[in-house]
Amino acid sequence: MQTTGAASPAEGRRGSTSPSCQTAFRATWTQVQQATLTLLLLSVVTGIIYPLAITGLAQWAFPRQANGSLIHRDGRPVASQWIGQAFTAPKYFWSRPSATTPMPYNAGASSGSNLGPTNPLLAQAVQDRVAALKTLDPDNTAPVPVDLVTASASGLDPHITPAAAAYQAARVAKARGLDLQTVQQAVARHTARRTLGLLGEPRVNVVELNLDLDLLPR
Amino acid sequence: MTTNAFLQIGLYLAVLVALARPLGAYMARVYEARPCGLDWACHGLERLVYRLCRIDPAAEMPWTTYAQSMLLFNFLGFVAVYALQRTQNLLPLNPESLPAVSPDLAMNTAVSFATNTNWQSYGGETTLSHLTQMLGLTVQNFLSAATGMAVLVALIRGFVRRNAATIGNFWFDLVRSTLYILLPLSIVGALSLVSQGVVQTFRPYEQLSLIEPTTDADGKPAAKQTIALGPAASQIAIKQLGTNGGGFFNANSAHPLENPTPLSSFLQLLAILLIPAALCCTFGQMVGDTRQGWAVLAAMFLLFVPLLVLGYAAEQAGNPRLAAFGLDQVASEMQPGGNMEGKEVRFGITQSALWAATTTAASNGSVNSMHDSYTPLGGLVPMWLMQLGEVIFGGVGSGLYGMLVFAIIAVFLAGLMVGRTPEYLGKKIEAFEMKMASLVILIPPLVVLVGTSLAVATDWGRSSILNCGAHGFSEVLYAFSSAGNNNGSAFAGLNANTPFYNLALALAMLVARYWLAIPTLAIAGSLARKKATPITAGTLPTHTPLFVLLLAGVVVLVGALTFVPALALGPIVEHLLLVGG
Repeated sequence: MQTTGAASPAEGRRGSTSPSCQTAFRATWTQVQQATLTLLLLSVVTGIIYPLAITGLAQWAFPRQANGSLIHRDGRPVASQWIGQAFTAPKYFWSRPSATTPMPYNAGASSGSNLGPTNPLLAQAVQDRVAALKTLDPDNTAPVPVDLVTASASGLDPHITPAAAAYQAARVAKARGLDLQTVQQAVARHTARRTLGLLGEPRVNVVELNLDLDLLPR
Repeated sequence: MTTNAFLQIGLYLAVLVALARPLGAYMARVYEARPCGLDWACHGLERLVYRLCRIDPAAEMPWTTYAQSMLLFNFLGFVAVYALQRTQNLLPLNPESLPAVSPDLAMNTAVSFATNTNWQSYGGETTLSHLTQMLGLTVQNFLSAATGMAVLVALIRGFVRRNAATIGNFWFDLVRSTLYILLPLSIVGALSLVSQGVVQTFRPYEQLSLIEPTTDADGKPAAKQTIALGPAASQIAIKQLGTNGGGFFNANSAHPLENPTPLSSFLQLLAILLIPAALCCTFGQMVGDTRQGWAVLAAMFLLFVPLLVLGYAAEQAGNPRLAAFGLDQVASEMQPGGNMEGKEVRFGITQSALWAATTTAASNGSVNSMHDSYTPLGGLVPMWLMQLGEVIFGGVGSGLYGMLVFAIIAVFLAGLMVGRTPEYLGKKIEAFEMKMASLVILIPPLVVLVGTSLAVATDWGRSSILNCGAHGFSEVLYAFSSAGNNNGSAFAGLNANTPFYNLALALAMLVARYWLAIPTLAIAGSLARKKATPITAGTLPTHTPLFVLLLAGVVVLVGALTFVPALALGPIVEHLLLVGG
């Protein structure tokens, strides 16, 4: 292989001006000024004007979404459309397990379990959750949909899969003294399809569904 | 692969390629100071910045001055973020009265954001005030990204210029990247995200009564739910566009108020790879041969798609350890099935696995699912994508300059094979360029492997591990792979908010960022001084499928030789344990 020619461009680049100490200092001082001022000015643009402008536009165009998509009942906020809650009573559809602390579905401190797939604690937790579901619903011999016994990434997942809703529908109907069809219709009302028939996954909003069920006449 | 997964991934890649070309052409116009279409909106502000900051945008810089300006600017940015965190308790916009951040955590976070890594040792809603998030993190999201783009443009000028002593003006590249590219895209992105339900408000956290009261860990009843809010959308838009990735909330883009719908997820996924992919086209335009840009982009896709499919398949297969409990893990129209621990229902397996590959191919590091809970092979994919040097798309600017350094290595290897002086884009590649290129490809593995060894050899490192056995080793390896390649995602079970990890990872981030950027600028300076070498019959064409294969091969070879032993101790052992029972 031939490697000819000037291989040391690191030398001789300051050849044009003889760098006396003073000019070097002045050049550095100019750089410090430019860096400081640019940081300040771009901070104002991207750190103050930009977020404030977006907030203003968002509050004007999408006030409900920008403030947490709260669901109101009788003029009071009762839940957020996007933040799940924990349910343990048989008459409610259960949400997915949540790993937030100190209580599940703590939307002030989102977190997943971070348990690895071979961690015995994960297997134990899943086993316990399956047992809890089976105890309340001994007649149900269907396999448990995996999302219903595994913790979500945020600990705040507002959704369960349609499979997980179908698994629980009979239990909820029995506990509420409703016929299965009424409960299934309520599930259907709160089931979202894939966006454009393509993106994401079909899902049931548990909070909206349970709020709705509480309003149904017996 | 389910039909839907195939379609979702196919649509994503198609939209990405379709957008890369026009955006790439636009960015080339921005950096060449030609009319770009947004001059009416941005030009006045740009002139104002130059005037107030005493910048002469036409003043050309040799590479040393360019590097000094970059380092100085980034250092001041670091100081600003550090100072904001340490004094946030005294400053306004702190509705939850959060205390000042501890020195080691503040240092780590400041380094993390100044280096475009955005590693999250902090907890978002539980650690940082609104002011810190806006004026510290959001600002660095813009400026660290713009810094990466500036270094890339300087390198491209090195290829383009002949017999030149200078490589452009850092302030010009920085300001135009911010005002003409990042800011307009962020405004569109942020408003789209709000429309989907991402919060953007200065209200205090919401307190709601629970539908069914619950109990906390101590068995005490809890009837209220606290919902953290804040100006999130404006930060999330730039966090994705600038391949930053640091979350507004702790759960990052898995948090429903940071990423509420499949559409918001799709938009964020696009934003992650948009600029890195488009910059390939910018590169092609600026060197006057668009085929050169497409060739680099093709090499990126060639590596990205198979790894993405592998990750998806591993996650969709589910966890055999859980099958024994009578679980249904099979995909159907009723559920995504698969390994759902640490994933959100609305994203299922497809958008989660797509995100895991995308965020680590780019040096983004945001997550919409928890990588620590991935199956061993599903977790190997994001880990290896980082270890390949963050050049498969990579960070905005930094990814492509890393990939161009790999291209220099590739032509050098080809030159060795045929016994000719290697050339790339008409410039001879000689000893100086090769020395600098070697630094660029060797420093990140050094940082990752030494850091991991140090951590697993000491109690400081081991005491932070959550999961036992091989998976615990993976947590540490992942952390240093992430910091040592400026990615920022995590196997989050590792408790990284300890003095040891805050310091060690901050050091890894600093070395990985600047000891790649400085040699890259040195290459730019050296190339710019050279005359153009005429193309002859003996010149290796660098736009052909052969070169694409060679380039991809070099990336894989370096990544595999360096990291397979470490991967064997972590995810590969764990995979064998999992399938072996």
